[in-house]
Amino acid sequence: MWSRAGSVSAAIAAVVLTFAPGAHAKEWTTVRIGTEGAYPPFNFMDSNQQLQGFDIDIAKAICEKEKVACEIVAQDWDGLIPALLAGKYDAIFASMSITEERAKTIAFSERYYRSPALFVASKGNASLASTPKGLAGKTVGAQSGTVSATYLQAVYAPAGVDVKLYATQDEANLDLSSGRLDAMLADKVVMLPWLEKSQDGGCCQVIGQDVSDPKYFGDGIGAGMRKSDPELKALIDKGIADIRADGTYDKINAKYFPFSLY
Amino acid sequence: MSPLGPLAWGASGWGDEIAAGLWLTVRLALATLPVGLAIGFGVALMKQSRLRVVSGLGELYTTVFRGLPELLTIFLVYFGAPRLVGDISGFAAGLIALALVFGAFSSEVLLGAMRGVPDGQREAAEALGFSTGAAFRHVMLPQVWRLALPGLTNNWLVMLKDTSLVSVVALTELMRASDVAARATREPFLFYLVACLLYLALSIVSSFIAAWLERRAGRGIPTAGRA
Amino acid sequence: MGEVFAFIGFDPELFARYAPALLSGLWTTLSLVAISTPLGFALGIPIALARYQGGATTNALAVGFTGFFRGTPLLAQLFLLYYGAAEFNGALKSVGLWWLFRDAFTCAALVFTLNTAAYQAEILRGAMAAVPAGQTEAGMALGLGRAMINRLIVWPQAMRLALRPLGNELILMIKASSIASVITVVDLMGATKRAFSGSLSFELYLWAALIYLALVEIVRRVWNALERRWRIA
Repeated sequence: MWSRAGSVSAAIAAVVLTFAPGAHAKEWTTVRIGTEGAYPPFNFMDSNQQLQGFDIDIAKAICEKEKVACEIVAQDWDGLIPALLAGKYDAIFASMSITEERAKTIAFSERYYRSPALFVASKGNASLASTPKGLAGKTVGAQSGTVSATYLQAVYAPAGVDVKLYATQDEANLDLSSGRLDAMLADKVVMLPWLEKSQDGGCCQVIGQDVSDPKYFGDGIGAGMRKSDPELKALIDKGIADIRADGTYDKINAKYFPFSLY
Repeated sequence: MSPLGPLAWGASGWGDEIAAGLWLTVRLALATLPVGLAIGFGVALMKQSRLRVVSGLGELYTTVFRGLPELLTIFLVYFGAPRLVGDISGFAAGLIALALVFGAFSSEVLLGAMRGVPDGQREAAEALGFSTGAAFRHVMLPQVWRLALPGLTNNWLVMLKDTSLVSVVALTELMRASDVAARATREPFLFYLVACLLYLALSIVSSFIAAWLERRAGRGIPTAGRA
Repeated sequence: MGEVFAFIGFDPELFARYAPALLSGLWTTLSLVAISTPLGFALGIPIALARYQGGATTNALAVGFTGFFRGTPLLAQLFLLYYGAAEFNGALKSVGLWWLFRDAFTCAALVFTLNTAAYQAEILRGAMAAVPAGQTEAGMALGLGRAMINRLIVWPQAMRLALRPLGNELILMIKASSIASVITVVDLMGATKRAFSGSLSFELYLWAALIYLALVEIVRRVWNALERRWRIA
C-alpha cells in the first residue's frame, strides 16, 4: 500500500493541474457565466441538473446575439461575487440588484429587469403592519446577502425585529410556510408567482406596500462583472439593448410573466 | 404519485441525480485518501525530527488543522486559494481541505504507530544487510501499517462524512444533490433521509473493508480474543 | 508580496465594525456547546448501559441509535430534523413538540445533543468494557447487587478511562457547532458568513479561525489540568 507512490503523486498532479490560471482573453469569444440556481423562476436547477429560468434565458439570448459561446455554472449566492473576483467565471446573471455597496467591488451592466420588494406574512399574521414598529418582536426572514437582507438588518433589526437570513430563497419559503417565520421580505416578482402557484404559497399573503427605497434597493437588476473587464461590460450592455430592440426580450418575458419586467 | 416517485430515474425524478452525487462523494473521498495519507506521513516524520524547528512546524500544523472547524477550513481553502495560487474548482478545494484535516489527524495515528514498532526491528533488518530504505519499506512499514490501521479507519469514516460539508462550496456531491432535490420537490424529509441512509451504507461498507484489511495486516500475529 | 500582506492583513476599521457581531456569535457557539454536551452525556449513560448489559431489544435499539448518528454526517442530520420536521409541523404541533423544532437554535441544540449522545455512549461503553472482569466478580463475591457494582466499582474506573476521549468529544462539538450556521443560527461561523457577505473581506474568516483555535486550545489545556487532578486524587 505504502509503496504505491504512483497513485499519490498522480492525485497530487491532478490537484495541481486544476489550478488553471484564469483566461484573460480580451477578445471575448467565450463567456463563463455564474448563477445561483436556487431562485425560481429566475434561475433554478431542473431534475436533469440543467439550469433554467429568466436570468438563464436572458444570458443565453445575449450570448447568441453577440455571437459568443457561453458556459453557465451554479455557485452559492454568498459566494457569487468572491468567485467572480477569483476568476471562476466572468459574469453574474443571478437577479443581482445594482447597489452602490456592490458597485464598489464589481461592475454592473445596465439593468435587464426591475422589481420592488414586498413583505409576505402567514395568514395568521395578515393584520400586521409592515413597518418596523408593526413587526417588532416578530421573526422576519430574507435571503442572506440580498438587498432585502441588508434593508431588514439596517431598518428593521434596530426596532426589535428578529431577522433570520437564509442561504437560499427556497429555504426561506419553506420556513415561512411551516410557520417558523412570521413574515418575509423578498422580490415581488418572485413572491407573487410563489403565492399564487406553489402548493406552499397558500399559507401566506402580501402585507403592506411595495418596498423600493433606492438607498437600499438600488437601480434594478443587472449582470455583474469584474471592473477590469470593460470590454465585457460593453458587450453585455449592447446585448441587452439588442435583445430589447429585436423582441427577444419580450418573448422571454412573456414565457415567465404576464406583465413587463423591464 | 407513489411516495418514492420523486426518486425515479431519468428526467422526471431525482434518483439519477442522487446516484451521481453519491458517486462524486465516493470519488472525492477516494481521491482525498492518498493525498491525506501522504500529508499525514510527512507530518509524522516531521514530528519525529530532532530539529526543533521541523518538529515544531509539524506540531503547529497538527494543532491548526485539528483545531479548525472543517467547515471553516473548506471556506478558507475555497475563498483563500485564489488569492495565493489561482482559481481552483470546488472538487479541488474540497479535496485539499479534507486532505489537510485528514493529514493532521492521521499524522498523530501514524506517529503513534511508528513509535509502537520496536527499534530492534530496524536494527535486526540492518544486521541482515538491508539498506536503511529497504529496512524502512520492508520491515518497518508493514508493522506501522498494521498498528495504524484502526486509527486510520476511524479517520476515513470521519472524512467520508466530512465530504458532505463540501456541498457548501457548490460541489454537487450527495449532500447537495439531495438538497437541490429536496427544495425542488418540497420533500425535504424523504431526500435527507435517503441521503442519511446512503451515507450510512458507505460507512458500513467501509467498516467491512477495514475489518478485512485489518485481518489481512494481522496475518501471522497471534492476538488475544479473536477466534 | 503585497498579496501575502493583503492575505494576512489586519484592518482596524473592519475590526471595529464586525467584532461585536463576531463576539455575539461566539456566545451563541458557546451556548450551543454548553447545552448539548452535558445533555448528550446524560442521554449517553442509559444508551451505554443498554449496550453494556442491556437485553437483546434495548441493545439493538442502542446499536441502531448510535449507528445512525455516528454513521451519517451531522449536516445531513441537521437538515433532516430541521427542514424534514417542517413537513410534519401539523403533527408536531398537535403533540406539543413543534417549539423544539420551530426555533433554529433549539433544533440545532436537539440534533447536537442526539449526535454527541451517540458518540459519548460509545466512549462510555468502551470505558466500562475496559474495566477488568475481575473487578465485577470481586464485587459479586462481596455480595453487591448489579446497580451497586456499576455505581461503586465499574463507573468510577470507567469515568477515569473515559475522561480523555470525552475531552476530545467536547472539542469535536465546538468545531461541529459551526454547522449550525447552515440552518440560520448566527453562531461564530454564521456571524462570520454574514459579515463576509456584507464586506467581502476574506480577513474575517481568518479572525474566525483564530478564535476557534484559541477556544479549542483553551479547552484542551483546561481539560488536561482536570485530568491531572483527577488522576492524582
